[in-house]
Amino acid sequence: MRAWYFSENAYPYLPDPATYDSIRVDLPNRNFDPKVGAELYHRYLDEWQQAEDLGLDLMLNEHHQTATNLNPSAAVVLGALSRITKKARILVLGNPIGNRRDPVRVAEEMSMVDNYSRGRLEVGFVRGVPYELSPANSNPVRTADRLWEAHDLILKAWTTHDGPFNWEGRYFNYRQVNIWPRPYQQPRPPVWITATSTAQVAKVADHGHTVATFLTGYDQTKAIFDAYRSQRAANAQATADDRLAYAALVYTGDTDEAGYAGARKLLWYLTANKVAPQWKNPPGYASLKASVALMRGAATAFDRASSLEQCIERGIVFAGNPATVYKQIAKHHAHVGGYGHLLMMGQAGFLEHDETVRGMTNFANEVYPRLKELLITA
Amino acid sequence: MSVMAPKQLLASGVPLSYLDIGEGPPILVLHGAGGLQPQAPFLSLLAKHGRVIAPTHPGFGTAELPDWIDSVDDLAYLYLDLLDALDLRDVTLIGFSMGGWIAAEIAVKSTARIARLILVDSIGIKVSDRLTRDITDIFGTDPGELQRLTYYDTSKAPDFSALSDEALEIIARNREASALYLWEPYCHNPKLTRRLHRITVPTLLLWGENDGIVTPAYGRAFAERIPGARFDVIPAAGHVPQNEQPEAFVERVARFIGER
Repeated sequence: MRAWYFSENAYPYLPDPATYDSIRVDLPNRNFDPKVGAELYHRYLDEWQQAEDLGLDLMLNEHHQTATNLNPSAAVVLGALSRITKKARILVLGNPIGNRRDPVRVAEEMSMVDNYSRGRLEVGFVRGVPYELSPANSNPVRTADRLWEAHDLILKAWTTHDGPFNWEGRYFNYRQVNIWPRPYQQPRPPVWITATSTAQVAKVADHGHTVATFLTGYDQTKAIFDAYRSQRAANAQATADDRLAYAALVYTGDTDEAGYAGARKLLWYLTANKVAPQWKNPPGYASLKASVALMRGAATAFDRASSLEQCIERGIVFAGNPATVYKQIAKHHAHVGGYGHLLMMGQAGFLEHDETVRGMTNFANEVYPRLKELLITA
Repeated sequence: MSVMAPKQLLASGVPLSYLDIGEGPPILVLHGAGGLQPQAPFLSLLAKHGRVIAPTHPGFGTAELPDWIDSVDDLAYLYLDLLDALDLRDVTLIGFSMGGWIAAEIAVKSTARIARLILVDSIGIKVSDRLTRDITDIFGTDPGELQRLTYYDTSKAPDFSALSDEALEIIARNREASALYLWEPYCHNPKLTRRLHRITVPTLLLWGENDGIVTPAYGRAFAERIPGARFDVIPAAGHVPQNEQPEAFVERVARFIGER
């Protein structure tokens, strides 16, 4: 198993949540102090560098108009990371290409970074969380169709080397697509796509891309991975574990108590996600059935943030001393039928720099070596 | 009057479902983003003054949504095809809100089958400067606030908690279809104002006096841009005067139809 250190680069120094309606979309940026923010940017880059030193691979993402994530442009962060790191693979998960007006620009940026990093880039594509639609002013209806057309266009742009091609699609139009540079990795960087339900999985499996799922716990993760495996099987193809990735909040302490204390700070990521109702479920984003459930007040993954104990029990947090963390991950891994990538959110909210480094160091030294040997025994 | 079963026809290969109630001069009714409620009292009141044809736009209610359809322009052409298919003449075309936008787009394309046009709390044009939103962002407003802006009397607003899953699914589908058609440019066609001079049939703009979604001032500005159009308000009504004041609404429509 490979482990990827992931941080959302939050800006947690906010006023009392009672004074605002939403941390997403419409929280005024006067709450962002550039002097504080600039230091945070450098700190978070340092933490990725330290993760690399510990032998971890690196993951980042992007969000817009939110204090939960200071990176509205993953490409800019990738530019920095690809220069200040030397050996780690770098995963962007991902580019919200269903919301992007210009997929060719994404193909260009990712090709640049692949060259900067001398072929260490892994490119994720995501539909994005519902609160991304308004910042992008992107129509929430048919986002999956746009994502797949953008995906097809980007892959064609990466792998076409004989001059311009024409693209007059349902959503995107170009007449002279001929990107410079082409990717460093040939024929192209590995591609990842996220899924929160089984609906999107078949197509990801058909392409043989890695499917990643976030905070889906035990049973939903198993459903998604099973759907991937059965689609591959239906295509008479095997599923290597490296096609499956699971993202959780992870904090490893010297003791269980220290591990839990760190994890409680990570829970900020869930508990701080106060979102006004109009941003939670833009029309057309969720299935009709899911929308009806939300109208009736169903909880989302974020709303379900309860106690640390419950989050651990649900498999969305792995925390404790190294033996405990290993046991939790191994149990989850066995339950869902195995996976090859653990995407670890190791910093969130008010978890300070030294605490962040301590958590990832404990993980890298005490847990990771055993995870690398983890096989399905169930 | 009991609600009649909807009829079906194929326009441009698109299956269209429509109510067809009453007899007499044809009245084509185009619903707004809230969808078509067949039981709405104003429909049966209106049917006393003519043959009411009320289609459900593709994607709303249980109406099919072909994957190539995504714009108000598409809907305008569909309904021009529907007028041809039913061979309707001297039609009174009434559009509510989003349906008003569709009606205006139909009228600038062709009034060959249209005798008069009534736009009710209509959207569709851009009046103010680029920093000023003419039309409330229905997708970016707190649901409670949205109800206050929509209704003069919020006790007339639907209570979601009392609705069945099927009814909620229709509401979710209506919202989804609304977003498809209205998202960008938001609730308007930047070119429409330049085309309104083509509307040469008698036109009435009717507005809920207390409409907080699109204000009466917007309605007046809309009316000023259509040659000879008149503007009238319905008191004690918000964005859906046909539902809040059905009698007053139908009385004004009937009077306008009766004018020669």
